[in-house]
Amino acid sequence: MSESRSVTERLSAVMPRLVGTGTLTVLVAVYAVLVMAAVGRSAFQIIDHFSKAPIAISISGVSALVYVLAMVALIVHRGAWYRVAWVTVSIEFAGVVVVGAITAFFPDALGPDSGNAFGDTATVWTVFGQGYWFVPLVLPLAGMWWLKTHPVRAGRAEAAGKAHA
Amino acid sequence: MVEWFTFTQIFIALAAGVLCLVLGFAGRTPSDLSMGPIALVAVLLIAQLVMAAIAPAVGNHPTGSLLEFWMYQIAIVIVPLLAMVWALVERGRWSVVVLGVSGLAVSVMLYRMWIIWTVQGA
Repeated sequence: MSESRSVTERLSAVMPRLVGTGTLTVLVAVYAVLVMAAVGRSAFQIIDHFSKAPIAISISGVSALVYVLAMVALIVHRGAWYRVAWVTVSIEFAGVVVVGAITAFFPDALGPDSGNAFGDTATVWTVFGQGYWFVPLVLPLAGMWWLKTHPVRAGRAEAAGKAHA
Repeated sequence: MVEWFTFTQIFIALAAGVLCLVLGFAGRTPSDLSMGPIALVAVLLIAQLVMAAIAPAVGNHPTGSLLEFWMYQIAIVIVPLLAMVWALVERGRWSVVVLGVSGLAVSVMLYRMWIIWTVQGA
């Protein structure tokens, strides 16, 4: 390399190298942001005011677990994890639709103020993810699209897994 | 939090995020052009963290929950750093899109922190 190298190139040269993760990188990055949001939000709610709306805040906690599992499953996406990814992403979609509908049409059904997506008893799924620009509604669909277009040799990986087990 | 500094940061994070999204979708791999602005965002966030730690001692008190504020304050510093490490490890166009996502996430989180710091009542 004869031309002078940029700071980015020089720093990158001393780091380990990964190639070809493609669109999965972006998907996982957006999942990471929502994991942060769901885990942070539910942790604060549980520590600070769980008794204000136990049902809504429990759902908030469950959503955090679902996002963590979905993100890990998408990162690994081999063998059994491929199926875990499908299951968790599906639960995520069902969650945002069902909880979204309940909170949108019956604002107090899950506890006081639980229909307010910006309130302190909201979940990431409240009113279909309104507090997060509706990203929670679109993200599971993006996840399903990625899983469908990248059928990770499930059969072979599973067979290999069984052979080792 | 200091109002002008907060909104300067929000603007820079937003601009850096949009720039990286455009560069990434245009197929550019990580370069100083995409990494520089996000690095600036990261440096400003570290300054923000120090300022938030000092602020109450010099009479700048939050009216919202300090616990909730600090959960955001710590997480937000990590976001651009992780995105930058990722861009150094995988030097593909999608890593630049991730840098862009980190910029947008930081701007939204900063705005939320400002709301928590200045909330009335509650």
